[in-house]
Amino acid sequence: MLYLILFWTFFKIGLFGFGGGYAIAALIQHEVVDVNAWLTVTDFTNIMAISQITPGPIAINCATYVGYSATQSIIGSLIATIAVCLPSLIIMGIICKFLIKFKSNKYVSYAMSGLKPIVLGLLASAALLLANAENFIDVYSYIIFGIVAIASLFKVNPIMLLVLSGIAGFYIYA
Amino acid sequence: MGRKASIKLLLEVFTSFFKIGLFTFGGGYAMIPIIERDIVDKRRWMPREEFIEMLALVQSVPGPISINTSIYVGYKVLGWAGAIAAIFGIIIPSFVIILLIAIVFTDISSNPVIERVFKGIRPAVVALIAAPIVRMAKAIGITWKTAWIPIAAALLIWLAGVSPVYIILATICISILWNMFKKPNNK
Repeated sequence: MLYLILFWTFFKIGLFGFGGGYAIAALIQHEVVDVNAWLTVTDFTNIMAISQITPGPIAINCATYVGYSATQSIIGSLIATIAVCLPSLIIMGIICKFLIKFKSNKYVSYAMSGLKPIVLGLLASAALLLANAENFIDVYSYIIFGIVAIASLFKVNPIMLLVLSGIAGFYIYA
Repeated sequence: MGRKASIKLLLEVFTSFFKIGLFTFGGGYAMIPIIERDIVDKRRWMPREEFIEMLALVQSVPGPISINTSIYVGYKVLGWAGAIAAIFGIIIPSFVIILLIAIVFTDISSNPVIERVFKGIRPAVVALIAAPIVRMAKAIGITWKTAWIPIAAALLIWLAGVSPVYIILATICISILWNMFKKPNNK
């Protein structure tokens, strides 16, 4: 039963995951933390960090990790990973097979005109959902947040920023 | 194409995406230039114009951008078999790495040193998610008049706990209806 819920959850994430990367994070967090309680906000934030410093798409990394930690088995991991890719395979496969001129379809461009600003809202909600008391424990958390946000605007490598923040955490919370 | 030749090509699709999956960090957008170099410049599986057209497509269908791209390229080269080889290629590296981390991390996450490190990392993750919002708002042309749309969506998800799925479905329906009824009046 758990495997079925896991499959359906990640199938949904693949099916409604517009905008890529962190825009999908709000959806994953809603399903994995709020609805199914497979992870705490802290766990989820840790996974986002791990996804950033390891290769591969964030949604896939999350699926693999959550699949394992929800079921404590490799099969769970496999099911979640396949489920998150399946909607893409079906939709893209149909488009490629029938050479559908998806982009020039007027309904698609109507939908996209509304989805673009919404993706921005999804990103903002992902950040707001993670900005809670478990992740921001004291004034140092806000200092790290501020420095990393500014550095990120200047396009400093995100992996380097995470490594430096980790080192900072190691010394601050000694 | 002979059987031997197609198996060889299938393997080539697999290894090409395996390498892309192994060496690209940070997901979809970071992968695009690397995929372009490999698929368009090196292997010549697709002309550049088609690649650019494909980019618009893979961003307007749901699902991870890199997965959608791998399916498109794989399908173009070898049909369904190619699409599946490409998907496996791109997910196997991250699957193996994350699985190993998941197995190990569940045991070590309560280790005091790891805890200290992640206390520093977590606010940084929030910053990495928040920072691109400003740049994206400019890129898609959000004005003071339209800013309420993303703000309302964010508040509904954050404060009211509404599922992003409903927000996305509602957005698709409203945008299509809005444009259908708006268009004739403009003429």
